[in-house]
Amino acid sequence: MYSETVMDHFKNPRNVGEIENPDGVGEVGNPVCGDIMKIFLKIENNVVVDAKFLTFGCGAAIASSSMATELVRGKTLEEAWQLSNKAVAEALDGLPPIKMHCSVLAEEGIHKAINDYRVKHGMEPWQETSTHAHDHGDHNHGEDLTCGH
Amino acid sequence: MGEKRIIYMDHSATTYVRKEVVTAMIPYFTEHFGNPSSIYGIARESKRAVDAARAQVAKALGADPEEIYFTSGGSESDNWALKGVAYANRKRGNHIITTQIEHHAVLHTCQFLEKGGFDVTYLPVDKHGLVDPAALEAAITDKTILVSIMYANNEVGTIEPIAELGAIARARKVYLHTDAVQAIGNVPIDVKAQNIDMLSLSAHKFYGPKGVGALYIRKGVRIENLIHGGGQERKRRAGTENLAGIVGLGKAIELATADIPGHNEKILGMRDRLIKTVLAEIPHTRLNGHPEKRLPGNFNVSFEFIEGESMLLWLDDEGICASTGSACTSGSLEPSHVLLATGVPVEVSHGSLRLTLGDANTEQDVDTVLAVLPKVVSRLRAMSPLYQKECAGKPGGSHV
Repeated sequence: MYSETVMDHFKNPRNVGEIENPDGVGEVGNPVCGDIMKIFLKIENNVVVDAKFLTFGCGAAIASSSMATELVRGKTLEEAWQLSNKAVAEALDGLPPIKMHCSVLAEEGIHKAINDYRVKHGMEPWQETSTHAHDHGDHNHGEDLTCGH
Repeated sequence: MGEKRIIYMDHSATTYVRKEVVTAMIPYFTEHFGNPSSIYGIARESKRAVDAARAQVAKALGADPEEIYFTSGGSESDNWALKGVAYANRKRGNHIITTQIEHHAVLHTCQFLEKGGFDVTYLPVDKHGLVDPAALEAAITDKTILVSIMYANNEVGTIEPIAELGAIARARKVYLHTDAVQAIGNVPIDVKAQNIDMLSLSAHKFYGPKGVGALYIRKGVRIENLIHGGGQERKRRAGTENLAGIVGLGKAIELATADIPGHNEKILGMRDRLIKTVLAEIPHTRLNGHPEKRLPGNFNVSFEFIEGESMLLWLDDEGICASTGSACTSGSLEPSHVLLATGVPVEVSHGSLRLTLGDANTEQDVDTVLAVLPKVVSRLRAMSPLYQKECAGKPGGSHV
């Protein structure tokens, strides 16, 4: 069901844990849906110098968190913001269609952590440009708590 | 060193086929392959074998052989019972009563019937998964034609008070169907004493082959056919008989019901050790299902703050086969309707694990699971933001 890369990142997840005094934190998902990702970023001179995560979720959710934190390390905030869920899924050698929402969650977690940093530093949060309509299905992080993966 | 032993603890999903059963089946693939409907000698042997299997099933249930009809398995039997009774008794009424914790073979059939104008009442269950007989009594109206309540639940293992429910249905002149797919071989069944009008069973749950089952239909029950065609099964179920499968089913049910107390005693000891140790040694853990009225091999437990699929992947890595009620392993991404009906919070239902023991399990298997499971749970909790919150919120709580 999962690629070898997914299984590798699931069994040996990179960057697990919290960053003390993080510069940006993003928590996405909800427990009712069965997945929560919390992304921690350490940012120096506009560059992500460290990224860590805590995740409650399935194998794909853990692997997506691991891969996403790997991919944003060393990137400028602009580059990190450009990380798409597709890039995360591709780096994992693919995810089953029903699990694509896990990669979306990773992208959203990174975005939320970046904007947390921006707002804390008196900057405007960046706006989401893609809506993930095609990957998202009706994935809804709104208030009605329908997971709708 | 040989291959790592596979520890199979998913017997409620399916079982291996016992050697004696395979041995009994083989001649019906190669030598006695004749169509039971044909006239020549090898066909007569086929016919004889089907009749013998029918007698074996009847004996196991306390039924008459003429009341046993072979099908392709549990799902077909459930579909036949529900649709067949619904369409044959439409003039009497359009109301069906079932429960919220049935197998999808019953639930989705009920939903289909609702589209066709039938009304269905889905009885709730208590926190242990038990149906309240008084609730059944209260739900029956003059439009009710059928009650369908499972004998034992496939996920949490709760055994329903079928005899009591059957007496209520009988007194109100309503048919009782029970999906006994999980019960055969684990619970003594007597359809006459328990007032059961129809009963579904499936061979691959009691060490028989997949793709074959049966429906018991008490004499006198008004029921339409589901599979139309030739005149097999006394014109009630068309299709050339799954000859070897039926022979296997007969042998398997004979073996499974020969010594139910002996079979249960062995499995119960191992299962209870699992339950006791896991609940004692792993915090934030709850047992799902009934503490006593449960299938002997069933252990269903929820671990808070973690998700079931990740648990299964790690257990699989150690050669342990289990299942979960978490949304993330089902095709639908919906968490278990059974756990939700018993009041397990949605977020906790994602962290459920079902281990179902069977004949081939050993005390050593239990030792291995008890060594592996706590490590898996703490590994996943260590990376769970929910667990970190729980620890942070408690005085003296520490990050793992």
